[in-house]
Amino acid sequence: MGGSSFRRIGKLASISSKNQSCRGFSSTVETLKKTDQLTPTKSVNLFSAINQALHIALDSDPRSYVFGEDVGFGGVFRCTTGLADRFGKQRVFNTPLCEQGIVGFAIGLAAMDNRAIAEIQFADYIFPAFDQIVNEAAKFRYRSGNQFNCGGLTIRTPYGAVGHGGHYHSQSPESFFCHVPGIKVVIPRSPRQAKGLLLSSIRDPNPVVFFEPKLLYRMAVEEVPEDDYMLPLSEAEVLREGTDITLVGWGAQLSIMEQACAEAAKEGISCELIDLKTLIPWDKETVEASVKKTGRLLISHEAPVTGGFGAEISASIVERCFTRLEAPVARVCGLDTPFPLVFEPFYLPTKNKILDAIKSTVNY
Amino acid sequence: MALSTSRRINHILKPLSAAVSSTRRLSSDSTATITVETSLPFTGHNIDPPSRSIDTSPKELLTFFKDMTEMRRMEIAADSLYKAKLIRGFCHLYDGQEAVGVGMEAAITRKDCIITAYRDHCIFLGRGGTLLESFAELMGRKDGCSRGKGGSMHFYKKEGGFYGGHGIVGAQVPLGVGLAFAQKYSKEEYVTFAMYGDGAANQGQLFEALNMAALWDLPAILVCENNHYGMGTAEWRAAKSPAYYKRGDYVPGLKVDGMDVFAVKQACKFAKEHALKNGPIILEMDTYRYHGHSMSDPGSTYRTRDEISGVRQERDPIERVRKLILAHDIATEKELKEIEKETRKVVDEAIAKAKESPMPDPSELFTNVYVKGFGVEELGDQESHSRTILSFIRVAPGVKLTGLMMLSDQCI
Repeated sequence: MGGSSFRRIGKLASISSKNQSCRGFSSTVETLKKTDQLTPTKSVNLFSAINQALHIALDSDPRSYVFGEDVGFGGVFRCTTGLADRFGKQRVFNTPLCEQGIVGFAIGLAAMDNRAIAEIQFADYIFPAFDQIVNEAAKFRYRSGNQFNCGGLTIRTPYGAVGHGGHYHSQSPESFFCHVPGIKVVIPRSPRQAKGLLLSSIRDPNPVVFFEPKLLYRMAVEEVPEDDYMLPLSEAEVLREGTDITLVGWGAQLSIMEQACAEAAKEGISCELIDLKTLIPWDKETVEASVKKTGRLLISHEAPVTGGFGAEISASIVERCFTRLEAPVARVCGLDTPFPLVFEPFYLPTKNKILDAIKSTVNY
Repeated sequence: MALSTSRRINHILKPLSAAVSSTRRLSSDSTATITVETSLPFTGHNIDPPSRSIDTSPKELLTFFKDMTEMRRMEIAADSLYKAKLIRGFCHLYDGQEAVGVGMEAAITRKDCIITAYRDHCIFLGRGGTLLESFAELMGRKDGCSRGKGGSMHFYKKEGGFYGGHGIVGAQVPLGVGLAFAQKYSKEEYVTFAMYGDGAANQGQLFEALNMAALWDLPAILVCENNHYGMGTAEWRAAKSPAYYKRGDYVPGLKVDGMDVFAVKQACKFAKEHALKNGPIILEMDTYRYHGHSMSDPGSTYRTRDEISGVRQERDPIERVRKLILAHDIATEKELKEIEKETRKVVDEAIAKAKESPMPDPSELFTNVYVKGFGVEELGDQESHSRTILSFIRVAPGVKLTGLMMLSDQCI
């Protein structure tokens, strides 16, 4: 797992200007600039990019707040460092250890036209708040006939394996939330992506659950524009063009997939790699167009394979591209076990597992 | 067991005949001050309770009578509409508890927020909602307060500061605390009343919310409407300590006779002043619902009919006000009957009008899930999906959705 592959993905990042005109939520910067126009950039890691985004969010909108367990001190992953000093304890503050209460509180705050940026310290701890997210946040607009909403709500939470996290600091619970119309689920793959997508999520007039790949907090380093910029939600990105097979993933898993693509290329297999970025509502068109071209699809995620979001992608693409598929859709995912401690390397969808699946799919 | 049950029930029935004591009689001037005494003294927890005597006027007494009568009539009518299958889904009625909604509203402004659970029809009326909006919403019609998309449990009124009916037991309380934070932060001198029942009082998130409210001195008033039954379970079967006003421990509390509109008003006024200065407070409103928990609950399997009729005779909030009005010669028995008759008429007219309101447009099935244009088209490829669904609705036999069917033609 070399730093080079993270940098590589970073370099491939491009910023589309689609949907530029439709960000009209309150009094914020509505610009969506192209990468090349963004100057200057600075080489930073992912937690610093998140930190920059939070600084900008608090700075550009006086009605935004950051809170969660220990965030006043910078948070366990240092994402909120310096925010309380700069913006005051009234806007950046620690909460008690009560996830359900935190999210309920955040929904109420957002319902008064504020931007509530709540942190759940680990995605593994989000489950006490599941009811608030699913039943209160997601349906507020719908059931009130558009009178109320909590669109200013963004829940940030670190997810995924780090090598030694064990059962309750490693999980990837994104698919639970993908079953809930009314919220968006966003997962960035790199520092530059994290900053732009987080700012979009915060300013999006819909509640967003933003999963941060905690493995990459320090490991992924990339040139990140210091400016305020946003990256569009629900727009997938083709990171690597290819002709033989389409690979779809998100977050930290993309770097593993990228390595597998590079290995496959040595054996003459041309892979197309897509970063989905937003899981719901997801960009079916980009994936569909790619699969129509390559005729093959592989999805990879850390969460257990059964009921994972890969299943949804697979089903949708089979519906749309049935006659174009040359092979069954492959899923290389976590095993159907609790996230293990000592068996983590066996559980994870590693590069070699992906490479094997690429080969068997192409040679089907 | 039986003994302890009856002993526990006795306190629900405590007679309050001492209520109609007055210090001044008769006034034809509608704004003249009348001083009344609350039925019972308040009981405080970590706080000195407010005075039992409260000033009112003939005008206010008549307004209370009218408002509570209208609420009760609306709920009785909703019961019939539900039984006639014009209201579908879930429906929780408020009759018996009217004094809480009316008394609270009398003490506060519309800039103060109220958020409650699913027993929300009358709170909505109190916040300035209309009967038409209520009945139309109950029947899922376009003119409903949530455009027919919410139903019984989800009434809202933004301009009235009513943050709505919420379906999950206890989940609205943390939201209320968030509202209070926003109020405090914007330095407005307003408060939030977060209402919940004695059933929800056992929810964990209530204590999470209370802790945050107290920690940050938020102007949040937690109103426990103790109607003594969490669904079909008596409070004493569910709560080790049914003294809900004391449950906040470090947060002061006040026990209020929730069947006495003046006690509620006095308590809410007191609580608002307290919350603005010192942070949260719990108000336990001792009240009673005549109906069952929801429409599938006859309300008579876990309590005796004698208990219900006893409360009606001894503690009914409307009867209490009626007695006060008569005792002060503000109106005659006949005039009050006239008001009731008129209310019935107004309610019937609203129902007739609501029935004429069309179903929401079928396309509303897909609206307000996300904001249009942000990343994806709101419907996405659901457009084709919706066409399938709508054509299904059209061919499905026996589906009584004529309005919907008609509109779906335009939509497709």
